[in-house]
Amino acid sequence: MADGQCTVTVCQGTGCISNGADRLYAALQAEVVRLNLGDSIHVKQTGCQGFCQRGPLVITRPDGTFHCRVTPEDVPDFVQSLLPGGKPAERLYYRDMVTARATAHWADIPFYYQQERRVLRNCGHIDPENIEEYIAAGGYRALHRALFEMAPEEVIAEVKRSGLRGLGGAGFPAGRKWESCRKAPGEPKFVICNADEGDPGAFQDRSLLEGDPHSVLEGMTIAAYAVGAHKGFVYVRAEYPLAVRRLGVAVTQMREKGYLGKGILGSGFDFDIEIFQGAGAFVCGESTALVLSIEGKRGMPKALPRPRTSEVGLWGKPTLLNNVKTFGNVPLIIAHGADWFARLGNAQSKGTAIFSLTGKIVNSGLIEVPMGTRLREVIYDIGGGIPDGRAFKAVQTGGPSGGCLPASMLNMPVDFDSLKAAGSMMGSGGMVIMDEDTCMVDVARYFLDFSRRESCGQCTPCRVGTQQMFAILDDITQRKGKPGDIEVLLELGEAMAQTSICALGQTAPNPVLTTIRHFRSEYEAHIYEKRCPAGACRAYL
Amino acid sequence: MLSGFVVADELAKILASYRGNRSELLSILREVQDTFNYLPEEAMRQVAKFIGIPESQLYSVASFYSHFRLTPLGRKRISVCRGTACHIRGAPQVIEEAGRLLGVKESETTPDLEYTLETVACIGCCALAPCLRVNEEVHGEVTLKKVRELLPDLNNGA
Repeated sequence: MADGQCTVTVCQGTGCISNGADRLYAALQAEVVRLNLGDSIHVKQTGCQGFCQRGPLVITRPDGTFHCRVTPEDVPDFVQSLLPGGKPAERLYYRDMVTARATAHWADIPFYYQQERRVLRNCGHIDPENIEEYIAAGGYRALHRALFEMAPEEVIAEVKRSGLRGLGGAGFPAGRKWESCRKAPGEPKFVICNADEGDPGAFQDRSLLEGDPHSVLEGMTIAAYAVGAHKGFVYVRAEYPLAVRRLGVAVTQMREKGYLGKGILGSGFDFDIEIFQGAGAFVCGESTALVLSIEGKRGMPKALPRPRTSEVGLWGKPTLLNNVKTFGNVPLIIAHGADWFARLGNAQSKGTAIFSLTGKIVNSGLIEVPMGTRLREVIYDIGGGIPDGRAFKAVQTGGPSGGCLPASMLNMPVDFDSLKAAGSMMGSGGMVIMDEDTCMVDVARYFLDFSRRESCGQCTPCRVGTQQMFAILDDITQRKGKPGDIEVLLELGEAMAQTSICALGQTAPNPVLTTIRHFRSEYEAHIYEKRCPAGACRAYL
Repeated sequence: MLSGFVVADELAKILASYRGNRSELLSILREVQDTFNYLPEEAMRQVAKFIGIPESQLYSVASFYSHFRLTPLGRKRISVCRGTACHIRGAPQVIEEAGRLLGVKESETTPDLEYTLETVACIGCCALAPCLRVNEEVHGEVTLKKVRELLPDLNNGA
């Protein structure tokens, strides 16, 4: 490290903190004070730097040297390495699992250089609790532009032209939703950010809120201007205390700076945001259920036929509800234009996709890639493949609403429509990799166990269907499977998909249907040959 | 169980910052639970009155959300993640071992009110699976050995 100013960015995401990054941050600060180096070394907290599995992570800037698995005990040597003439802390560099070659610069590491970090551009770079850093990184320029250079209709037109689709899972065109909310009669209107990230295996919304809350709040404010709302809510899971805290800090700073409140930036547009904590109900990700939850009621989806939330939402008023990542894209679209945004992606899915890449994979963490990137590239180039010399078996996307895709589909592009056509879905962005030791019947059982617990119980197909499917799957994993079980599962799944009143029940069979479609022989081995090919179900050992 | 007086006193302090709107209900319940570590019956009666809804409706809401508890919790709350990544990396074995050591089943509390064992849908530390939480502290890459280091073997002495 050369002499002069050096910033030490210490990841303070939930993943790194659970590896001791909070103690590391304190130790680094103490060491810098002890050596009286405060003038040349600036120790700074950031949100998720992405490579959670190798945490705690520390990147020094401006040089970009990446250090992983840094412990408080490493601090004295590490700080010495930053001094003029100091020996680089090579011991803490990233090493390739296969070649053991060390890489110094973060951008040279395969996990990073094959990504396109747009929405996550600030995550891991700026201090999420300091609005000045967000502004210095270009933040709130888009809001300024929207308020002073664009009419609300022009903002909506730009979002429509960009092709942005809802990143909560369903992929509904964002601009069309905004337009329908703007045109819907009724006052006052509301904007809600859906941060009820309930899918097991997904943490991308949490990471964005923890790492760059202002980008999401700026997107919400622009959306409120576009649809004509003056009050917004962030509906966030109570299980994400750090995200809740950082959102609170960000909203306070916005008010102080005049980005929220009466006459924002002197424009005459009023808007304020309230943080609303959910209370642990997966079904509240459904828009009508989420709205009822804010109203202080049981979060159960409204009966069919139900009006669109964009027309009849919170307290019966037009309400724009989008996912965290959808709002995170909005400042980029307004600042750089729709054409710039649409340059990435393929015909029907524009921009980027953010995934939590986890499971049986060498490099796990938070990633962002252009829509249309092939599954193989995500799993092998960025993810580094399957550890311990095991063979890839399946990739699961979309959580309990999605499905498991086999090796033969690895060349499929990752986008809304391709995943849906394959029986899975984009979902909120969980991507779990499974190897030959994972039993697909057990995985299906696992997801149905989740869905039966989370079913709100109001419609029969979902309430009874999830229980029955679970019971059959449980029997199969317990060596009690019977001929005909597969056929009953298929029949039940079809009925639930067609008759449940909300997406939870309609999509709950997907994990079962896709595993039967692609891994039927595993079901048959359990039922007819009384063996579990993966060696995972204990009743067969 | 807590005495009615203690509850009434603390509850009055909590309710003072609310107006009694129905949309404040989840926030109020969360604060009540943070204070008493569960939702005491006496507090539920008062909250229902404060919001102006029948107690049955309040219980219908409180029982709908998995965050709320109507019984007290142990001083140490062991939350084992059963997210997808955790599941395929051994969470079921972690849950079993924790239950064996503490001598309780999922969602149960030890008789001395020291430990509660529960499972949660997803902590969001999937890259460090399997993980568990002891109160607010998250432990990642948990092995059975690590579980035995974190938890005492209450079964052994019994």
